[in-house]
Amino acid sequence: MPVLLVVAVLVFALLRLAPGDPAAIMAGDAATAEQIASIRAGLGLDRPIVVQFGIWLGKVLSGDLGESFYFRIKVATLIGQRLEPTFALAALTMLLAVLVSVPLGVLAAWRQGGWLDRALMGFSVLGFSIPVFVLAYLLIWLFSLELGWLPVQGYARIAEGVGPFLRHLVLPATTLSVIYIALIARVTRASVLEALGEDYIRTARAKGLPELRVLVRHALANAAVPIATVIGIGVAILIGGVVVTESVYAIPGLGRLTVDAVLARDFPTIQGVILFFSVVYVLVNLLIDLSYVLLDPRIRY
Amino acid sequence: MRRLALFAALFAAFTASAQDKVLRVVPHSNLNILDPIWTTQYMARNHGYMVYDTLFGTDEKNRIQPQMVEKWSESPDHRLWTFTLRPGLAFHDARPVTGEDVVASLERWGKRDAMGQKLMTFVERMDAPSPNSFRIFLREACGFVLEALGKPSSNVPFIMPKRVAETPADKQIDDATGSGPYIFAKEDFKPGDKAVYIKNTKYVPRQEPPSGTAGGKQVYMDRVEWNLALRDAQAQVNALARGEIDVIEQPAFESYPALQADKNVQVVNSNPLGFQYMCRFNHLHAPFNNQKVRQAALAAMTQEPFLRAQVGIKEFYRSCASMFTCNTPYGSAKGSDIQSKSNIKKAQELLKTSGYDGTPVVIMKPTDLAAIQKLPDVAAQLLRQAGFKVDLQAMDWNTVVTRRAKKDPPAQGGWNIFCTAWVAPDIWNPLANPAVGALGEKSWFGWPSDAELEKLRDQFARETDEPKKKALAESIQTRAFEIATHAPLGEFIEPLAARRNVTGFVTGPGNLYWNIKKN
Repeated sequence: MPVLLVVAVLVFALLRLAPGDPAAIMAGDAATAEQIASIRAGLGLDRPIVVQFGIWLGKVLSGDLGESFYFRIKVATLIGQRLEPTFALAALTMLLAVLVSVPLGVLAAWRQGGWLDRALMGFSVLGFSIPVFVLAYLLIWLFSLELGWLPVQGYARIAEGVGPFLRHLVLPATTLSVIYIALIARVTRASVLEALGEDYIRTARAKGLPELRVLVRHALANAAVPIATVIGIGVAILIGGVVVTESVYAIPGLGRLTVDAVLARDFPTIQGVILFFSVVYVLVNLLIDLSYVLLDPRIRY
Repeated sequence: MRRLALFAALFAAFTASAQDKVLRVVPHSNLNILDPIWTTQYMARNHGYMVYDTLFGTDEKNRIQPQMVEKWSESPDHRLWTFTLRPGLAFHDARPVTGEDVVASLERWGKRDAMGQKLMTFVERMDAPSPNSFRIFLREACGFVLEALGKPSSNVPFIMPKRVAETPADKQIDDATGSGPYIFAKEDFKPGDKAVYIKNTKYVPRQEPPSGTAGGKQVYMDRVEWNLALRDAQAQVNALARGEIDVIEQPAFESYPALQADKNVQVVNSNPLGFQYMCRFNHLHAPFNNQKVRQAALAAMTQEPFLRAQVGIKEFYRSCASMFTCNTPYGSAKGSDIQSKSNIKKAQELLKTSGYDGTPVVIMKPTDLAAIQKLPDVAAQLLRQAGFKVDLQAMDWNTVVTRRAKKDPPAQGGWNIFCTAWVAPDIWNPLANPAVGALGEKSWFGWPSDAELEKLRDQFARETDEPKKKALAESIQTRAFEIATHAPLGEFIEPLAARRNVTGFVTGPGNLYWNIKKN
């Protein structure tokens, strides 16, 4: 709660102190200063900032995030409309990333210094370095324009069928997952490598356990806490960090909503979305902390 | 009953077969305001053309033609105008369009639109003597009644139901019921994602062929979908190439080579008059509170460098010496020599004799608006060459439009120059063109003050004889160049791109979606 209050105060203050007036954008290019002033008054922006903050905070505390200046729709409704695409994209991205990166990381650690390890390290550098939009355009060029397998853009809701839903998400999720594959694979490799040097691994091997069991049951399980931390932080960052991917693939998600709201100075929407992101961030961090108990029985709160 | 009729129409549209002809369009911007009277945003105007009808339209030759109006008459003293609506006009809720709806709509429009406000200074009263007619009583004759009623760009006097038009002019409407060729599917509107328009099957078009915003609005598509999420220029081109969309309203200039190379794509110029760039001087503060300094700046700002940098494609731009758009009734080069026949050397000479004291010129550069973002760079360079000190400040467009409304000195958050672009009909006559208004602080941003210019504009408003109006427009332009209200920077077009199976695009100031067929 204190974290959210700090976020609320900071976001509100930053928006009001930054240059830009939603009334000027709403009025259009030919509007006069008087018309803009009239719109500003209609939006309540001519009141003292403290009064504006008090009104907004009062509404937020009663569960009302306010109404968009432009669409005159509840901010909660706008967020609701954009939630599914962003969460679907984030979930598929992390699923892809985890399914690919964790085994790769374990294998690279197991064969440290081998070709797989070197390839993975090389891929990681590439994955971190290549800008998301460049990768997106390359994938679109290959899979959509040349091969014609997948759509260039757009989003199909899951209610329209799993097939169209996945067809539209494969490319964006692949694009986004590359950087997370690189990150998680490196952390997994480092953690597993550390675990592989422990005495209990030598003991397990001395007992004649199969190598797969040694790697998964003993090495990976003991390396799980840092991996879970990275995955958790990745999820939290993803929710708010999908702007470029959503733009290139024309996915109407929360990232685009945030950018549009910022460019238009739609204060209630910006405040609502950032507050929502903060709640998600806090919740994800809480879940990560709680997961430690399951992953490492030595940890107790 | 009316709601039932509207619901039935929408239900029929929604349950139509999968064979429905759907036109998938990427509009030029986001649709975030649905009231085309409350705002001058072009997206709201284009939305208006889908949903509402107009009393008059402007055809491809820039002539005013009747649209909802069947016939009209003017008293010999030009003070009483009587209009009869054509039969069969109905709103989307099945209620007939009446003279009372028209009067209420015009009253609301007259409070917002610059030309409407001017017209209302002449209007004594308006009434509706019968359900299918309305009258305008003028205090004294004025020469732009039909031009105002048929104006094709923002704010267009769209006709709304009386109950909607009675919304205070400073408040947005909530109800998108119109009598136009399409019905707005409010339930399908997802801000930032898509807007959907369903064919109005009850719409009765005029019999004349479509021309500009006039003529028959024949609708061949069952549904038009505006894709509001597809904003990335390259993604738009890719989607069009794959046939996932049918039309891009305004591709980025750098996209045209790829579009023209695609055999499945056509580039169509549906707005041949195009747009005009301009840079505006702030007349309130130094150095541009000095007419001679403004003249020096105007002399430096020759058009070709701006057009070459911003547009780049030779066949898409042209220099134009007129402030009122070339190839239109008031388009003329009269008085433009100070800019059109000038160069940097002349600008340097003018600046030397102007008394310019080296005050830095603050130019606002919007970094997020690709359509105009190079203009300030060119202005800065040309002004430096002429001898000005320039302070080029980068910011987003929202900050530009906020800051340009400030009358403070540049050092205290004000400004000296900003640049923008206008679609031709917004500036093609001396009353519509906000940049030649010279009522001081009541004028458009930049606030020039000049009694002589205002006197000429007033004469223009009162004049009913067309040749005399043209002569007055030339005098107004000459005076505007003389006091350097602003610098017109040339004209450009931005053709739309469409799949080759889409035909029938109508020429107009915006993008109009009647008469379009998809094979």
